Amino acid sequence: MPFDLLVSALVAGVLLGGFYAAVTVGISIAFGILDIVNIAHPAFIILGSYIAYILNAQFGIDPVIAGIIALPAFYVLGAAVYQVYYVSFEKRGKEALSGLAFFFGLLFITEVLLILQFGVDYRYVQAGYIDNNLGKFLGLSQSLPKLIAELPMRMLVPCVMSILMFGVLLIVIKRTFIGRAIMAVSQDALALQLMGADPVRIKRIAFAISIATAAMAGAFLIIIQPVEPSVGREYIGRVFAICVLGGMGSLTGTLIAAVLLGVAESLTATFYGPSWAPAVSFGLLLLTLAFRPSGIMGR
Amino acid sequence: MRTMSTWMFALVACVVAAAVFFFVPFIGKILGWGDYIYIASYTVLQYVVLATAWNILGGYTGYVNFGSAAFFAVGTYTTVFFHKLYPLPIPILVVLAAVVGGLIGLGMGYLTLRLRGAFFSIATLAMAVVLQTLIVNWDFVGGSRGAYVIRPASIVLFDSYIQYLFVIMLALVVIAVTVARTIERSALGYGFAAIRDDELAAEASGVPTLKLKLIATALSGAFMGMAGAPFPYFIGFLQPSGVFGLEYAVNSIAMPIIGGTATWIGPLVGAILLGTLQQVATVTISSAVNVLMVGLLLVFFVIVAPNGLVGVVQNLFRKKPGAPS
Repeated sequence: MPFDLLVSALVAGVLLGGFYAAVTVGISIAFGILDIVNIAHPAFIILGSYIAYILNAQFGIDPVIAGIIALPAFYVLGAAVYQVYYVSFEKRGKEALSGLAFFFGLLFITEVLLILQFGVDYRYVQAGYIDNNLGKFLGLSQSLPKLIAELPMRMLVPCVMSILMFGVLLIVIKRTFIGRAIMAVSQDALALQLMGADPVRIKRIAFAISIATAAMAGAFLIIIQPVEPSVGREYIGRVFAICVLGGMGSLTGTLIAAVLLGVAESLTATFYGPSWAPAVSFGLLLLTLAFRPSGIMGR
Repeated sequence: MRTMSTWMFALVACVVAAAVFFFVPFIGKILGWGDYIYIASYTVLQYVVLATAWNILGGYTGYVNFGSAAFFAVGTYTTVFFHKLYPLPIPILVVLAAVVGGLIGLGMGYLTLRLRGAFFSIATLAMAVVLQTLIVNWDFVGGSRGAYVIRPASIVLFDSYIQYLFVIMLALVVIAVTVARTIERSALGYGFAAIRDDELAAEASGVPTLKLKLIATALSGAFMGMAGAPFPYFIGFLQPSGVFGLEYAVNSIAMPIIGGTATWIGPLVGAILLGTLQQVATVTISSAVNVLMVGLLLVFFVIVAPNGLVGVVQNLFRKKPGAPS
């Protein structure tokens, strides 16, 4: 029996990890590649959850579709935030203390505005698949192996969609011109400028993409669990732990680290109780910082 | 002011504190608040200590600590822990809380301060979540249900217990501000400033940066722990979600930044202004709006006036080209 428990905890961990990858990819771009310590990212994710909630509750739109609808708006939001950040801090060379404080302020403003608008009640979305498992959803409960048939759709959909989004981003970064320019700006902004590209524009696009991922991640989050405004703070430790463990700018590293953390949290929750799960990410973060700050895929 | 010695300054600070002690009851009478004036001013003073403590690390060395609430909670839960074992007088608890807070600061710093500043900030942010997890799971100090700390009915020398707590916090303010000012004008402070301005250059010039950063983290953590130590007696019923609350984390950063981070005056001014504003505001508006206000002010100041109110005033009065900005 403990073996069954172990296997199902591992499977749940991998599903969770896939979702964590979507949550972290924005930070990997902003912090890992652009060196912008956007600690407000989880707040944007919660904002994404609420937009999915509104679209779902008002118009009955599927939460994943709602996330896609919100993408352009989040892209514009990201571009605007970067513009303010650039003019106020990066240009003046004050990003260290003031920039951090700026994002910290944004985190609180977003959270409190959500509290004022929606209260601290948990909100959730409705969709046909959410309360099913894979077997029932496909109508194949009998023919599929038990382990696969019992995969909960509420975890499976976000995980699969996350990996899909991750793949798209990976292709954009590795294969397209703008993706290569983003990697170039992280290596040497001055050299990029000498090549005739505008590093600020590239960084603005990259940051806008990173915030846009929050729209999707938020939609996934509210599929997985009910959301209230302060849930985001639990994700701060997680996203940075994954980002650092994955080796900062490395997207592949992020995916591996996300799955590792998902499994570690799932095992902890299964064997020690769910109330200990938040401590896992922090322990992992501290250990990584202390022993291998360059992460598993560090350059 | 510029050349005043530490002892002279401490004396002046004591005199000011004594004046505050005598005037506060009058203000309370005028406002018709009664003993509530002690509750309100205790909270403001507590923020002065937190803001000053934050500034020793954040303002002087430039390393941003997001975990103020965690250090504060460490202090409060040190008190709860010893209260359950054996009731000790608050001044001893304050010392114990300072030791625990300082040690945690030292440990955090040792693990993360060798890296870039951002890592330290992130680690402190995550630390708040983890310490809260620990406390929630630790039944001896009340766990998630919270802990009752019954204050003694009366206390010698003082009119009421709340007045006693107020005096303790006033004393902590004097100590914290004096220490902060002393650091600012000592070799230690110059070392801190060197780290803030250019850590690499400081290291190259022989400044022992890691050692200095550890001293700053430990001192800052110790003062935050001290600020938390009397809190259980102040509040009576302690809940993890309250002690690790938003307002401590955001206020202890916002107050120094709004006041100005370069000197000891900044956090003092910022905490008194913002703290008083919030005390008045809580009577009229909700605490969520309160935090929103602080967040908006924080963002406004870092964008528009990064040197805080002190910087604004300095710019108004001495428009020298070489003046420190």
